[in-house]
Amino acid sequence: MKSICLYFQVHQPYRLRTYRFFDIGDSNEYYDDYNNRFIMQRVAQKCYLPMNKLILDLIKEFGSAFKVSFSISGIALEQFEAYAPEVLESFQQLAKTGNVEFLAETYAHSLSSLKDKEEFIRQVKMHEMRIEELFGQKPTTFRNTELIYSDQIGETVAEMGYELMLTEGAKHVLGWRSPNVMYANAINPNLKLLLKNFRLSDDIAFRFSEQSWNEWPLTTKKFTGWLNDTDKKDEVINLFMDYETFGEHQWEETGIFDFMSELPAAIFKNTDFKFATPKELGEQLQPVAPIHVPYPISWADEERDLTAWLGNDLQNEAFDKLNSLRSKVNLISDPKIQKDWLYLQTSDHFYYMSTKWFSDGDVHKYFNPYGDPYDAFINFMNVLSDFIIRVENSGVNVKEELHEIKEAVTKLSDKTEKALKKAARATSKKVKKTIDKSKEFSFEDIKDMSDTAIKKLLREIDIETLTVALKDTKNDLTERVLPNLGVKARKKYDDIQSDLKKFKKSDIDKYRKTIEDKLNKLFKK
Amino acid sequence: MKILMFGWEFPPHISGGLGTACFGLTRGLAKHDVDVIFVVPKAYGDEDQQAVRLVNASDVTFDLEDTEYKEFWSRVKYMEIGSNIIPYVGTEEFAKVIEDRKKKGEKFSSNVFSKQYEFSGKYGTNLMEEVSRYALIASAVALKEDYDVIHAHDWLTYPAGIAAKKSSGKPLVVHMHATEFDRTGENVNKIVYDIEREGLEAADRIIAVSNLTRNTVINKYGIDPDKVVTVYNAVDQTITKEIENIKRNLKEKVVTFLGRITYQKGPEYFIEAAYKILQKDRNVRFVMAGSGDMLHKMIERVAALRIADRFHFAGFLRGEDVDKMFALSDVFVMPSVSEPFGIVPLEAMRINVPVVISKQSGVSEILKHALKIDFWDVDAMADSIYGLCHYEALSEMFKKYGKVEVENLKWENAALNVKNVYEPFIH
Repeated sequence: MKSICLYFQVHQPYRLRTYRFFDIGDSNEYYDDYNNRFIMQRVAQKCYLPMNKLILDLIKEFGSAFKVSFSISGIALEQFEAYAPEVLESFQQLAKTGNVEFLAETYAHSLSSLKDKEEFIRQVKMHEMRIEELFGQKPTTFRNTELIYSDQIGETVAEMGYELMLTEGAKHVLGWRSPNVMYANAINPNLKLLLKNFRLSDDIAFRFSEQSWNEWPLTTKKFTGWLNDTDKKDEVINLFMDYETFGEHQWEETGIFDFMSELPAAIFKNTDFKFATPKELGEQLQPVAPIHVPYPISWADEERDLTAWLGNDLQNEAFDKLNSLRSKVNLISDPKIQKDWLYLQTSDHFYYMSTKWFSDGDVHKYFNPYGDPYDAFINFMNVLSDFIIRVENSGVNVKEELHEIKEAVTKLSDKTEKALKKAARATSKKVKKTIDKSKEFSFEDIKDMSDTAIKKLLREIDIETLTVALKDTKNDLTERVLPNLGVKARKKYDDIQSDLKKFKKSDIDKYRKTIEDKLNKLFKK
Repeated sequence: MKILMFGWEFPPHISGGLGTACFGLTRGLAKHDVDVIFVVPKAYGDEDQQAVRLVNASDVTFDLEDTEYKEFWSRVKYMEIGSNIIPYVGTEEFAKVIEDRKKKGEKFSSNVFSKQYEFSGKYGTNLMEEVSRYALIASAVALKEDYDVIHAHDWLTYPAGIAAKKSSGKPLVVHMHATEFDRTGENVNKIVYDIEREGLEAADRIIAVSNLTRNTVINKYGIDPDKVVTVYNAVDQTITKEIENIKRNLKEKVVTFLGRITYQKGPEYFIEAAYKILQKDRNVRFVMAGSGDMLHKMIERVAALRIADRFHFAGFLRGEDVDKMFALSDVFVMPSVSEPFGIVPLEAMRINVPVVISKQSGVSEILKHALKIDFWDVDAMADSIYGLCHYEALSEMFKKYGKVEVENLKWENAALNVKNVYEPFIH
């Protein structure tokens, strides 16, 4: 028996207000409260509330036979609480039926999975906790922002303990293979993957009201017919879509609500499909193969890649500048900074900067507060510039502490060094004194004397005396003395040296004694 | 003495320096007992009319069937062609202008040659038609009013000036604030150039805003040098208390570019200089205020250079915000490729901001306390900015003497020079 897996993404960003250059360093009010409230309440009326009721009614009608799953971003949950608490209540009511699974994602609906593993894990944990608090179930299935997935991301998700993840059934990844079976991560086979059937999903999400579509109007009969046409080996049809499809992307007037309320009955009547949650599918189905996704994919646009968020210089600059703050922000406990840090990471801000859809793409204009991507970039960067200042100022405390520690260390090492030097000086003094007191200078001591001292000595003795005295001495002594001779004296030394063969040992000793006397006279105290 | 003056814009509804200059000049003239009747295509009603009497061309009805104008009509008709040409904006901007107007639901199919026509008074879509229509109105106004001399500002109003002269026989002074060469480099629009030349030829006197402009008028339009007089612009001296006591929130030095973001103003050189400085010194912020057809390209460049956390775009500023921007700045830079005069550095200097200006600007002929560089010399520009940011002795000197220098550039004085141009025609 084949399954239908319905999954809906619920997300609204905290849109930024018009934040001017003059505001930088002056105001930390970044969000367009009026517009965010307005949009949330409008979507609540047009989509969330009627659709939740529709689903609740279906569950009442069909009991455990009808199931759906949601992932609701942390940012959306916050806005429910702030602007439309009745929406949150209606989701909680759905949770109580036991037929609804809530998935985990990044709290801020962010792109952190792409560049920053630590932040990614932190946000997932945050979201996980929030879901458990609100809906009484700990998520076991993971869904990344906009179905973004790669082998690496899957590996991290598996590390966090998830056994199942949803992603796009991108054509360039699947090739000839069907999206309608269970796959596994290429690095860690313990992570199972459910892939979106984008044709059937988009028939509802994008084409439902498109009158130029040759299948328009879409009926439940037609749709169940397509389900029956699927391959015998197929196990599950994953219908993944934005929840705002119902009532916002497809207005009520298009008949979308009627279609959805009739769909389960039609499926039960015309097909042998059943409904299942991702969790159930994870337990029932075995992966047919690993799937290799070295470069991240997503569910966006024809390309199914990241270019909607990180496809031009504007987006890359904004994203990298924001991300570079992470280590600093981690040291700051200020709750307002922590909140802004999350809100600014929301992927929508980067989506608004996309230059891909100058020509088409109504989906991209959906609740976009900006006239063009350049406005979006300027406004975001103005806000980010202020945020950077706040982070750096908050970091001052941390810095000061570090500075104090550094100073203490420097002081300590300075003191140690001084003490050591003092000790060394004392020892060398002592040694000198001992030498001075205990001993007369000997001729051999010359080799330990400084150049200055040697020069002083040389001025007092004539070259002949020196030449004779140096006869047959060790090289090291000669080498100390000779460089201290002037050019003339050196020449004289060399001349005498060559005639020096006939000197007696006693004469040599005599000359040496002369020099020793000089030494004592000059240097002994 | 009474002057009939034609201008395209008047504060607060301005897009650039032209409106500001017209306003300053008329106020200066008032101090010398010169009365001005100022005709604009579209008056909004909130203009400061202390020094002038504003005539709204949109209020003037004009019947084309009237035989009086038949002959004139045939003369100006040629200007209908090329009605999609916009002199102050590029093609990208042009598309946006149309888009914006469509959104606002403005009708722009209404016939320019109907009995009564509401001018947009902007630099958009059917500008050429508006210029022609404005000339028709001018000939009507010229007969109604009482005055001694006609004075027309820039090419948009030259046909009006010529028409007024023709219908009234009064002497015509044309004012050259910017030539087509300044706006477009060497890619001149032939139609605009011809209008300019016709105006210059028809004029009894020509006022150029700098010797630079005077030379352009003489050399590129073949005008008799004896007809052309240089009168430098000036700057409005008032500063509000709020601006004097403004609070600065940024600890970094702030370096500002303020002007239309177009080829003429050299914005890309400013960005390259900023990049050079930021590689050495991160404690500087750069601001580019204004809009224009090169804005998107400039944003992309800043992002590609990865300096967007230190290089900000402030959008188009008007009125009080301009002074506020200066009050927050440590250095003002005007890297214009071609600038007939350039009032903006004077506005900056009067708020104690040292300036770096290109040698290719008219204002560099008269300013002493400004660092002058070639617009293309990015290294010299970076050096100058860095110096003014870091060597206090230098910046303090520029602030002090610059302020005094600017205080002597009063519209009152400039207006007196303009009055001297009128004088020979007063009988």
